[in-house]
Amino acid sequence: MSELLTPSQTVGPFLSLGLTWPEGHLVVPLGTPGATLIAGVLTDGAGAPVSDGLIETWQADADGRFDHPDDPRRASGSGFRGFGRCATDAEGRFEIITVKPGPLGDGQAPHIDVTVLARGLLDRVVTRIYFPDEAAANAADPLLGSLRPERAATLVAQEAGQGKLRFDIRLQGDRETVFLSI
Amino acid sequence: MTIPHPTGYRRAPEGNHPPLLSEAYKSTVLRAPSQAPVVLRHRLTEVTGPLLTGDIGPKDHDLTAQHDGEPIGQRIVVLGRVLDSDGRAVPDTLVEVWQANAAGRYAHARDTWPAPLDPNFSGGGRVVTDAQGNYSFTTIKPGAYPWGNHDNAWRPAHIHFSLFGRSFTQRLVTQMYFPDDPLFGQDPIFNSVPDPAARQRMISTFDLGATRSEWALAYRFDIVLRGREQTPFEDPHE
Repeated sequence: MSELLTPSQTVGPFLSLGLTWPEGHLVVPLGTPGATLIAGVLTDGAGAPVSDGLIETWQADADGRFDHPDDPRRASGSGFRGFGRCATDAEGRFEIITVKPGPLGDGQAPHIDVTVLARGLLDRVVTRIYFPDEAAANAADPLLGSLRPERAATLVAQEAGQGKLRFDIRLQGDRETVFLSI
Repeated sequence: MTIPHPTGYRRAPEGNHPPLLSEAYKSTVLRAPSQAPVVLRHRLTEVTGPLLTGDIGPKDHDLTAQHDGEPIGQRIVVLGRVLDSDGRAVPDTLVEVWQANAAGRYAHARDTWPAPLDPNFSGGGRVVTDAQGNYSFTTIKPGAYPWGNHDNAWRPAHIHFSLFGRSFTQRLVTQMYFPDDPLFGQDPIFNSVPDPAARQRMISTFDLGATRSEWALAYRFDIVLRGREQTPFEDPHE
């Protein structure tokens, strides 16, 4: 069997015809106790908003479990979808409503994996959202700990009021977000 | 408190995927990150992923049946298997597709080139693979269309595909092309894939056996996602 994979291609500017869902940004139902709004802006190397992008998120539930057979703690059946997706609007804005994932028990700080798709991105780019109220866990996190502090800071959301966090994604240039090869 | 490191997924061979900065495709210039990505060891968040099999509507697999009338164009069946690079089927995985109509126009407010819209064609569909990784949907063959990337630039006819696989690492968004398209040579998106053999993986094949008599032509498009490491990934990069 050849090792060759089907190559990636850009989603193009019309991704909303296939990839947007009503309420895709609701990782948890509205009104869920402890739910957090995570909102941000996707910008390019000129600082201009990317108005034809899509953000997707994947995370554990509040107990740190995935509803997936590869989670050895067997959270399967919890019904926690763990997945969010939100197209950017004309100002490059996106948002999800979710709960902070619990610790996975493997030394990592609570985090959300993020895929960014857009016209002009020939492959997805991947980043992570960490939480500002987890200073001790963040300090011990292997990924954050491997980065210079100013680079690590691009992965930590900022407090934006009660129940709200801000997480901007800068594809290129000044304070460029750290992207991950996975 | 520790749990074992999960078995990760193998990385794509060199040249299999396009580089993010591909200057012939001008939109990459301001959008490709300038810093090298940080290699992340696969842990639980990466080896799990959304298993999205619900919310499929009864007309989602037939893009010709989503309106009162039939769309204009050559009716086709697109079918294939979703596999990993070990040849194993990827069952029960969501496949999302979207495309232009037969005239090469998307039913999208920002597509404004002067080709006709088709009131009977929206251009979006969804299917889930069966236990053997097979999928199939019915549509019309999309047209080519011009774009502003370079002088007299035309996109080869294509259907956009989105796949989740079984893990966050397997997520793939790609485009399916049609055999022998004369526009391949001038298309910087198709040609952004460095390895010519990998590029061929994006081209469907005409499948006479799958055509439906007096109804539809058929194109086969098998999709290969990343396979698993044989042993846990032990590279110390973090």
